[in-house]
Amino acid sequence: MNFGFIVQSLPLYWKAAQLTLTISVWAIALSLLVGFLCSLAIYYRVRVLKSIVKVYIEFSRNTPSLIQLFFLYYGLTQIGLKLEAELCAVAGLTFLGGSYMAEAFRSGLEAVGKTQIESGLSIGLSRAQLVRYVIFPQAFSVSMPALEANAIFLMKETSIVSAVALPDLMFVAKDLIGMYYSTTEALTLLVLFYLLLLLPVSLLLSALERKVRYGQFGN
Amino acid sequence: MEKDILLEIKQLHKSYDDRTVLDGIDLQVHKGEVVVILGPSGCGKSTLLRCINGLEPIQSGEISLDGQSISSAGTQWHLVRQKIGMVFQSYDLFPHITILENILLGPLKVQKRSREEARRQAETLLERIGLLDRKNAYPRQLSGGQKQRVAIVRALCMNPEVMLFDEVTAALDPEMVREVLDVMLGLAKQGMTMVIVTHEMGFARAVADKVVFIDEGKIVEESNAELFFTDPKTDRAKQFLNIFNFDEEKG
Amino acid sequence: MASSGINVIFEGSNLLRLLNGLLVTARIALVSVLISGVLGIVLGIVMTSKWKAVRSVCRVYLEAVRIIPILVWLFIFYFTLNLELGGEVVSIMVFSLWGTAEMGDIVRGAVGSLPKHQRESGAALGLTNVQIYRYVIIPQTVRRLLPAAINLATRMIKTTSLVVLIGVVEVLKVGQQIIERSILEVPTASFWIYGFIFLLYFAVCYPVSLLSKRLERKWQS
Repeated sequence: MNFGFIVQSLPLYWKAAQLTLTISVWAIALSLLVGFLCSLAIYYRVRVLKSIVKVYIEFSRNTPSLIQLFFLYYGLTQIGLKLEAELCAVAGLTFLGGSYMAEAFRSGLEAVGKTQIESGLSIGLSRAQLVRYVIFPQAFSVSMPALEANAIFLMKETSIVSAVALPDLMFVAKDLIGMYYSTTEALTLLVLFYLLLLLPVSLLLSALERKVRYGQFGN
Repeated sequence: MEKDILLEIKQLHKSYDDRTVLDGIDLQVHKGEVVVILGPSGCGKSTLLRCINGLEPIQSGEISLDGQSISSAGTQWHLVRQKIGMVFQSYDLFPHITILENILLGPLKVQKRSREEARRQAETLLERIGLLDRKNAYPRQLSGGQKQRVAIVRALCMNPEVMLFDEVTAALDPEMVREVLDVMLGLAKQGMTMVIVTHEMGFARAVADKVVFIDEGKIVEESNAELFFTDPKTDRAKQFLNIFNFDEEKG
Repeated sequence: MASSGINVIFEGSNLLRLLNGLLVTARIALVSVLISGVLGIVLGIVMTSKWKAVRSVCRVYLEAVRIIPILVWLFIFYFTLNLELGGEVVSIMVFSLWGTAEMGDIVRGAVGSLPKHQRESGAALGLTNVQIYRYVIIPQTVRRLLPAAINLATRMIKTTSLVVLIGVVEVLKVGQQIIERSILEVPTASFWIYGFIFLLYFAVCYPVSLLSKRLERKWQS
């Protein structure tokens, strides 16, 4: 192992990690938003919209993310929709993550029983108050573990964006291997940096989950 | 002297698709009166309570509370339901908030009362059912009977004019039935207007001013409690009571 | 023009080449799924072992495979082993390692969730040990794990698309070659080719995940 090489490469990896993190944060945030809206369309049986959402979910979940990204980046460019690589990566990962988040939210909403809704109504809560005080708090804590798993999943999926020439961690590692044949060092740094990104998030989220569960159900 | 009519139902019809569940129900509930609704399973008695509270749409007929119709299309249900307390079979407390917060949700968010005042009332009510020391517990830390008593208090804390009880002891362990029924007996003594659907015959006899016997969506017999249990007029009511006598003899 | 664009899929031997590429993808997926299925069942049973040390080792293996993106694992194996093996074998190795871990976790969950009294009620009926397994334990375990296992299979099929990034010539690579060759005459080639591959994957994965959903619904009650 060439430690001089490792030290020299650190700034490159550091910069790449920032890009990976930025894309992850955007993709997760937008996926949550898209997923939340989609789950509402299904839960409230909004006509037409509900069918569109269901088709979207099936396409998103049954095709590889790499193909989704290629289609967005190369395919749509050719018919006149040109997107920047960064934008494209975020859009592609949101297309993927939105459906996963939608399923997570939906299963939470469906876990709130009909009898809960009726007891809410019977004490005179309005529809909006019912959602705010009874449905959402319960649905959210049921959805929480799945939402976290999806967030980690999306962070890992960002590794494919190197395929549309974005200089993320994968891209830097491949570059260094191609240029200097320093395979061991490049791969070691790659793993280390992914662990650096993923481990704290994973630990943080499971701590958060415990806290939310305790706050909402007492144990 | 006859007391004021609080709740009045006229020619209520209710059906699911083409199956008629309630077929021309007429019922008057006076202020302070305890009405017990009896009948075989599936006769429509629970549906009747759910119609009164607007949880089921009705096909025709009229329901009025305090002389005001509550069955028209534009009924503001969240306002009406403040005057009608309802307790369900499946003691559905909200699992994500404490006992006290369960009770205060309605008074604070719906009635916009001051927290201080509402909490004082909630604590008085909890004290009365012997659960004041559990006010900061979560529902899952309570037994079924305790949860059901809290559910009654949750409805009471809205100061309703009438309380509806839908088979509130049916899902309970037999040992916990008594503690819930005692709370309801206490309420009846204080003069609360109540409409109760139950299968507990002894309790029905003890608590009811009036018994309404429903079969196949129609009121078959309506009389005062003592008369109904000692000298039922219709064959179907006799049959119904016999089933229970048989159970009791065997037990 | 759209009409000339879509023809790029059917021109010359293009369609045949794409389908041949799909065959490579399918081969990688199928072999990996089979290996993972068999090894995963073994791992799953090992994971229910009484020995805490054994369980811990399995757990570390599972978490290590999970925390690092599959693409990174592909790179690690490819760049450290590739010389003799080639991309296809390397991908099968990585997917099998990953699939075995995930399958093991599914099997562990299914076996662990079976209530003890099931075995006891079987014994109370006078069934022999073999009969208890044959008629009570195995059918119930299979019902619990099959939907999740099928779901894992679709995940693995989708993930096979990554092998293009370590130089395996499969459906996506063939698509890229066709696009590069015809991009001058047919500027919209990449739209049609990538769109076609997108639908190809959907046509494979959608029925499989429908099956998984249906089994789950059927067996839930």
